[in-house]
Amino acid sequence: MLADNRIKTVTSVAAAPADVPAKGRSLWRDAGRRFMANKAAMTSLIVLIGVVLFTIIGPFFAKWSIEKVDWSVVGNVLTAGAPSFETGHYFGTDEVGRDLYSRVIQGTQISLLVGLVGSAIAVVVGTIYGAVAGYFGGRLDSAMMRLVDIIYSIPYMFILILLLIVFGRSFIMLFVGIGLISWLGMSRVVRGQTLTLKNREFVEAAIATGSKPRDVIFRHIVPNLLGIVAIYATLLVPEMILLESFISFLGLGVQEPNTSLGALISEGAQTMQYGTYWQLAFPLVFFITILFTFFFVGDGLRDALDPKDR
Amino acid sequence: MIQFILKRLAVAIPTLLVLIVVSFFLMKMAPGNPFAGEKTVPQSVLDNIYARYGLDKPEWQQLAEYIYNVVFRFDFGPSFQYRDRTVNDIIAQGFPVTFTYGAWAFVAASVIGIALGVVAAVRQNSWADYLSVGFSIGAQVVPNFVMAPILVLIFTLWLRWLPGGGWNGGHWSNVVLPVIALATSYFANIARITRSSMLEVLGSNYIRTARAKGLPGWKVIFGHALRPALLPVVSYLGPVFVGMVTGSVVIDLYFSTGGIGQAFVNSALNRDYSTILGITILLGALTITANLVVDVLYAWIDPKIEL
Repeated sequence: MLADNRIKTVTSVAAAPADVPAKGRSLWRDAGRRFMANKAAMTSLIVLIGVVLFTIIGPFFAKWSIEKVDWSVVGNVLTAGAPSFETGHYFGTDEVGRDLYSRVIQGTQISLLVGLVGSAIAVVVGTIYGAVAGYFGGRLDSAMMRLVDIIYSIPYMFILILLLIVFGRSFIMLFVGIGLISWLGMSRVVRGQTLTLKNREFVEAAIATGSKPRDVIFRHIVPNLLGIVAIYATLLVPEMILLESFISFLGLGVQEPNTSLGALISEGAQTMQYGTYWQLAFPLVFFITILFTFFFVGDGLRDALDPKDR
Repeated sequence: MIQFILKRLAVAIPTLLVLIVVSFFLMKMAPGNPFAGEKTVPQSVLDNIYARYGLDKPEWQQLAEYIYNVVFRFDFGPSFQYRDRTVNDIIAQGFPVTFTYGAWAFVAASVIGIALGVVAAVRQNSWADYLSVGFSIGAQVVPNFVMAPILVLIFTLWLRWLPGGGWNGGHWSNVVLPVIALATSYFANIARITRSSMLEVLGSNYIRTARAKGLPGWKVIFGHALRPALLPVVSYLGPVFVGMVTGSVVIDLYFSTGGIGQAFVNSALNRDYSTILGITILLGALTITANLVVDVLYAWIDPKIEL
């Protein structure tokens, strides 16, 4: 009983001083503070959260679905299809009389989803691939990186279009195609970082205590990569959105009645000459807002987490 | 040097082969028959058609013959969609158009971008500096498929200065908007890269020495600073070239210029498999070659790279 108590007091005394610096400053807490101080990044983050909330809450206020044609505006889109609260078309209608409000919301959802999925694949595949190549080094490394070089220099845009034509245009094919290439850059970044990490003392210590390679990679190397992975993943999201929009602009993306921002911009650009500017303006504003905010958030993360630029 | 080039070729050639093989088998896996029409065709006729296009042979033989024809005879075979045209005809028709505005855009983006970047770095915090920084932020979020409609809106619909599409045999007024739409984002990126590397070079010791020995400012910049400052720009030229090639798809589609990008999308929508295959391989080979040239050029300019 007494001995137990004593041990308890000893551990609590020993634990106390270790707790204090952890509460004070950690890498992540520091980074968080730096990020919060970055006005452009914080504003972007708030705007971005606003856009995401809008795509979640917005549909409840929609009076029209994405595919329902409003026959009262058909043939007279320029005046009857203009944005108005009375008709329930808050963003107006598109050229065939479908509600643009609902379509912009769906387009934004799909663009965000494509960005996040592409980025998530990059994080999982790219991190593991890069960490394994960097950690083991030697022949395995050069073989793995040579493969990345080869895939990298294939003009993926054409392969992606090819995939969409051959296997049909669907969400799954789009995600597969984007996932095929999104991890390449990430694996290079991660490999480079792993190369510098693996000679550090804590990794040597882990190896010396007999940890298996798998444990060294996942317990000691990957956690130390999280910063750079987070930065790169955030900057990858707008790239993936651009890629998807490009394909949708060509009319090779998701199929009607589903839509995406790239497809909406393409439609709006074609009808612009009739004076229906809102068909281009609304999707364009959402598109540019998303890209801008992701770039600034990614930049802010880099400033906050990357010790090199300080 | 030769060893370096051989090393690079050791990546480039397998890449090209992978590209050909992957695209070839993707086409083979495509559902449907390129010759399936509305009428049912007797089997004997189909057999004849297959024999005419070489589709009756085993697939590995088709692949081998295809590679042989492409590599040694530069022959991409007949189009599956237009019976009287070969893929070579389609490429020969579209490529000059794409090359014309692509080359102009490439030159414009490099020259104006480098000039603006140098001015921005030399006169830091001046209007040119703010302009280049502002441009490069803007260019990151305005891809060419957004730029094109905006340009048409301003210059065609509002100002009525330039035609919003068509090629017209390459008349200058038809070339201007495609070039601007294609070049803008690369021009801004080149300016940004030039600016930051120029700033770094201008802060180095040997530039201070050159100034201290009394050289006039322009001589310091053009004689000493420019060459090392352009190294990162050279390495960016590869991606620029790739961007021009893929961007041409958008430009052709939006401005109806009739270039190779339009042929690509048309054949993609018409399931003209042999044409898609041919254009993919041609453009792939071009980008791979461009990357190779940029790599070699970079190694040649930068004495620090060991060959």
